[in-house]
Amino acid sequence: MQDFKGTAQRITDLYNQQDLSDESIAQQMLQSEQTAEATSQWRLMWRKFKRNRTAVIGGVVVLLFYLTALFGDFVAPYSLEDRMTQYSYLPPQKIRFIADGRFQPHVYGLKSGRDPLTLQRTYVPDPEHKIPIRFFVEGSPYKLMGLFPTNRHLFGVEEGIVSILGTDGQGRDMFSRIIKGSQISLTVGLVGVALSLLIGAVLGVASGYYGGWVDNLVQRGIEIVRSFPPIPLWMALTAALPQHWPPLLTYFVITVILSLIGWTWLARQLRGKVLAIREEDFIMAARLAGASDRWIIFRHLIPATFSHIVVISTLSMPSMILAESSLSFLGLGIRPPLTSWGVLLKQAQNTQVLLLYPWLMIPGFFVAISILAFNFMGDGLRDAADPYTV
Amino acid sequence: MLPYIVKRVLGMIPSLIIISFITFFVIQLPPGDFVTSVQSQVASSGGGMDATTVEALRVRYGLDQPQVVQYWRWIKGFPTGDFGYSLEWSAPVWDVIATRMGWTLLLSGLALVFMWVVSIPIGVYSATHQYSIGDNIFSFLGFLGLSIPDFLLSLIWLVVGTLVLGIPAYGLFSPEMADAPWSLAKFLDLLKHLWAPVIIMGIIGTAELIRIMRGSLLDVLNQQYVTTARAKGLHEKKVIKKYAVRMAINPLISVLGMQIPKMISSSIIVGLVLSIPTVGPIFLRSLISQDMYLAGVILLFMAVMLLVSNLLADLVLAWIDPRIRYE
Repeated sequence: MQDFKGTAQRITDLYNQQDLSDESIAQQMLQSEQTAEATSQWRLMWRKFKRNRTAVIGGVVVLLFYLTALFGDFVAPYSLEDRMTQYSYLPPQKIRFIADGRFQPHVYGLKSGRDPLTLQRTYVPDPEHKIPIRFFVEGSPYKLMGLFPTNRHLFGVEEGIVSILGTDGQGRDMFSRIIKGSQISLTVGLVGVALSLLIGAVLGVASGYYGGWVDNLVQRGIEIVRSFPPIPLWMALTAALPQHWPPLLTYFVITVILSLIGWTWLARQLRGKVLAIREEDFIMAARLAGASDRWIIFRHLIPATFSHIVVISTLSMPSMILAESSLSFLGLGIRPPLTSWGVLLKQAQNTQVLLLYPWLMIPGFFVAISILAFNFMGDGLRDAADPYTV
Repeated sequence: MLPYIVKRVLGMIPSLIIISFITFFVIQLPPGDFVTSVQSQVASSGGGMDATTVEALRVRYGLDQPQVVQYWRWIKGFPTGDFGYSLEWSAPVWDVIATRMGWTLLLSGLALVFMWVVSIPIGVYSATHQYSIGDNIFSFLGFLGLSIPDFLLSLIWLVVGTLVLGIPAYGLFSPEMADAPWSLAKFLDLLKHLWAPVIIMGIIGTAELIRIMRGSLLDVLNQQYVTTARAKGLHEKKVIKKYAVRMAINPLISVLGMQIPKMISSSIIVGLVLSIPTVGPIFLRSLISQDMYLAGVILLFMAVMLLVSNLLADLVLAWIDPRIRYE
């Protein structure tokens, strides 16, 4: 209440000073608003978010995933294309922590042979042959975050192989490939949501604020896009991408295609929020003070919906990640040599292969965990976004 | 009510026309056409086609005509049940997809029933026992159900069913039953194969419906007419069943239209992984081989299914909720 009185006083003062240019009034109003409310709202949100334990866990997992993706080349013991053909289709290895009575993580060495009946390669761990896992070992060279050339990896072995999630048919370490795949899978979501947000925020805010024919046009557009079930439409659109395009271009076009449908949901949500806020007193005050539409939209409406934009973006991440992995799983999304979780899962599509080597479906669990984490985090954010309600 | 239905059905016609335009545009997007994809297939097996053969094929399939003409040729047969010709299967599109459409509809329908039968009781329990251990467990399971992608569930089922439980987890029939004439044994065999894909397809929707049902019933339980009913000494069971749940169920119907597209998407992926003859696998194949009329009709059918289910949801809602006016 005190703040409100202060604001009112300042506006009256401004009028008394005969400084009636809308810029300066709006500027003053904005400043007083920011000092009085904007900071405390974010702090309130944070306080409420912290209380929600599952949401915090979700947030930590999301953060962990992105950090791992950022330092992917360092965390992964092998590079994306390191083929160790003598270890093809190696099941996940067991890591043992105690050797000779003290802490020493190690894996057993392997004796490989062939099954006399099926001629499949078999691996027998050799308990006598302990291979210690070393930290910060030298391995294949890479550029950390694409900048600093180095060859140190978080962990690795000096002989044999360490493969905690097994290898694929070409002897490539699944764990390393999953980490590298997360770089694509997790950024597709980010870029896709950013693009949808750009389209969705502009059209949603415009349609809510102006109403009339703008609103009508945008709403009809949304209805038409949404009259198609998303996955089949995505499939048809991505199937149209020429095979000879470079993988990176395909990656960007796929994010664009994902956001071509994703924006509709964002726009709908934002329109609803804007419709509610449009009728609030402070917008009326700004309008009476002679502020232009652009000023009101960019200085009042968008900041006021900002917390909702954050929530909506978080909640639309799962569908983006899911869409990318589903499309890549079907062979219509990201193309090798780029690797995403969906691309890795494509190997598991063959029933015979999957039944022989079930660990090939592990990338799917990473998709599930990331979606779960985003859902938990988004749910907590949604509750926190309205810190004034209990 | 009848004028309302007629109005809504007529209102669908412009949407249908726009949808058919977009569908045609989308399936025309890939560079080249069916003949180019045949050409590259022939080339990859070491053969070649001369220019006159290529031209002849194009003329035969009508691919030499302008796009508008192709669109018109495709669309004009629809009212009479002629959905065009599948270039890859050399058969009318309808013959290729008819049984597959049937399976898709059956699976989706059963999944819908499963969703409703499971989610309503759980939602009611969660709302009437808010914050109890049961409610928390169901909420967590719901989150889990929302987050596990259908392809992962199918893969897990394939591995667990085959390797752990030792039952065939894919296909619709056991191999020895596939070509047998319909009999009770074949029907039982079908049921044995059917339940898992139905549950997999329904799980995401179930999780959503539980949340909606719980929230909606919690809102209704706060309303005054519920308090009145209780104050008048009505048995609590009756208050919930006859008063609260009947109103709380409305949002479930209105999200029906949102569940159908998810069901369609799931049927594609589940069909592919568990080798079930839904339209999914054939849709994927037709997209890759640029069998445009087949792909187009499937995409169009999916959009129409969505449109019709939205309409049905609205009609059911208008029918059971007297507060909705027909204007």
